[in-house]
Amino acid sequence: MSIEELYRDVILDHNRNPRNRGTLDHPDAHAEGNNPLCGDELSLDLRLDGDRVTEVAIQGQGCSISQSSASMMSQAIKGKTLEEIEAVIATFKAMMDIQASPSRAGLDPDRPGAVLGDLEALQGVRKFPVRIKCANLAWTTLEEALRSGKGKVES
Amino acid sequence: MTDFSHVRQDFPVLKRQIHGRPLVFLDSAASSQKPTQVLDVMDAAYRTYYANVHRGAYLLSEESTTAYEDARGKVARFINAGSRSEVVFTRGATTALNMVAFGWGMDHLSAGDKIMLTMMEHHANVVPWQLVARRTGAELVYLPMDADYQLDINRLPDLLDERIKVVSFTGMSNVTGTMPPVAEIARMARDQGALVGVDVAQLITHAPIDVQQFQADFVAFSGHKMLGPTGIGGLWGRPSLLEEMEPFEGGGEMISDVQLEGSTWAPVPHKFEAGTPPIVEAIGLGAAVDYLEKIGMDSVRRHGQELTGYALNRLSELPAVRVFGPADLTARGGVISFALGNVHPHDVATILDQEGIAVRAGHHCAKPLTRALGVPATVRVSFQVYNTRDDVDALIAGLRRVQEVFRVD
Ligand SMILES: Cc1ncc(COP(=O)(O)O)c(C=O)c1O
Repeated sequence: MSIEELYRDVILDHNRNPRNRGTLDHPDAHAEGNNPLCGDELSLDLRLDGDRVTEVAIQGQGCSISQSSASMMSQAIKGKTLEEIEAVIATFKAMMDIQASPSRAGLDPDRPGAVLGDLEALQGVRKFPVRIKCANLAWTTLEEALRSGKGKVES
Repeated sequence: MTDFSHVRQDFPVLKRQIHGRPLVFLDSAASSQKPTQVLDVMDAAYRTYYANVHRGAYLLSEESTTAYEDARGKVARFINAGSRSEVVFTRGATTALNMVAFGWGMDHLSAGDKIMLTMMEHHANVVPWQLVARRTGAELVYLPMDADYQLDINRLPDLLDERIKVVSFTGMSNVTGTMPPVAEIARMARDQGALVGVDVAQLITHAPIDVQQFQADFVAFSGHKMLGPTGIGGLWGRPSLLEEMEPFEGGGEMISDVQLEGSTWAPVPHKFEAGTPPIVEAIGLGAAVDYLEKIGMDSVRRHGQELTGYALNRLSELPAVRVFGPADLTARGGVISFALGNVHPHDVATILDQEGIAVRAGHHCAKPLTRALGVPATVRVSFQVYNTRDDVDALIAGLRRVQEVFRVD
């Protein structure tokens, strides 16, 4: 196992140049997440148009895994419907599950990136179990934001 | 340089390979490794004379009790206590600090009183006081840190007013390695009439300790950071303090008599040791003290200083490294916190782990301090008697590897 399996170029790139940074005025959904163990912090704003996420804004600080995961997540969910996003969340969670195999997560080993795009680079984290929490932070925060925003969506 | 090369052989775990590399253990400030001499003494206790203490009228119990109380005597001598009854065995520094905060604070603090802590404290010396402040209405005051990572004792005369009832501060920071002038701070606080406590959880394993010279009222420490087992530590208290303090826990062992409507306490220190104590752990702590005394705490201090000086020098070879701590080796111990460019400490620690190097990344249970440093987290390396210059060299090579992966110049 080499350290480069964890720190793939895509991850380092998202860490250095995080996408969709910032905050939104009057977001339709918002949540904050933190990982007390290592101090990773994240704040997530979403703008919704009907059941579609049109804007994502993220602020935070933390390790390269937590920050790149957030950046890649923002790309993966922007423009998608809530239903599509639920599916991405489920696939991502399954991918990060140490017990599950990548194919069980619905990924295609022969076509890397075909299902989750850049996010598939985070698979390497599975070999560093203490870091899985870092990769998951953005996603638990997203789930929280969707729960908080649900009322708005339906109204 | 003191020859410490033989010391390594005493620590079996140091023979381990981690991810195919020899272990370089640089996280002793979190918890130290244990020498064979401690492990053997504990093993022998369980195998040859173990029984409960202070209870049985039979030989094993007598032997266990003697070994347990002898361990107390060793700890007392190690910190130069006036007598062994001034040493209370606790679960560790955290428990010791809670014992005083609650056992003394609940009866002596009220609205309008102030508790003085410092910006450098471990949460163990912050949160118990916050809990007691909340219940008593007392306020918290924090002595700040200066630009040199020292406690700003010039501010003391200002801050120390007659409302300050207790001053509790660290003898050595577990983040910056800073060793404040304990006796001087204690004197100023005492002159103001405050109760004075020192958290020596780190100091006790980095420098000789003399509680009589400190002139404090209590000190707290943990066995596991000083080559002893987990689950044991101590509170040293001035006899008058221990007499007036209420027991923190009630139960067996700590009573003199129990009537239905109330009880009387066993004499100090046993009134603070409710229930069956960690007997073998205490005996193990005694063995750890023997081990440190055999090396000699002056040598331990010298070794720590030499290694720290060497490490600070070598770290300065890497322009991206920024050390958070005093440069003056006489005012600091063998704990070094730093940042490596913009690489998050957690990432540094993961890459170093792949090289077999164990370091700590985070806020080190001292969030007010890391916040004051202006960073969410630091990388921390810390030294013990078993560390060598080779360990420091491995660290530097590992940090170069981090720079490579993260393309830091
Ligand atoms: C300065 C200081 N005080 C207190 C503690 C708490 O020690 P324990 O967790 O053993 O009770 C620590 C441990 O990290 C420490 O470094």
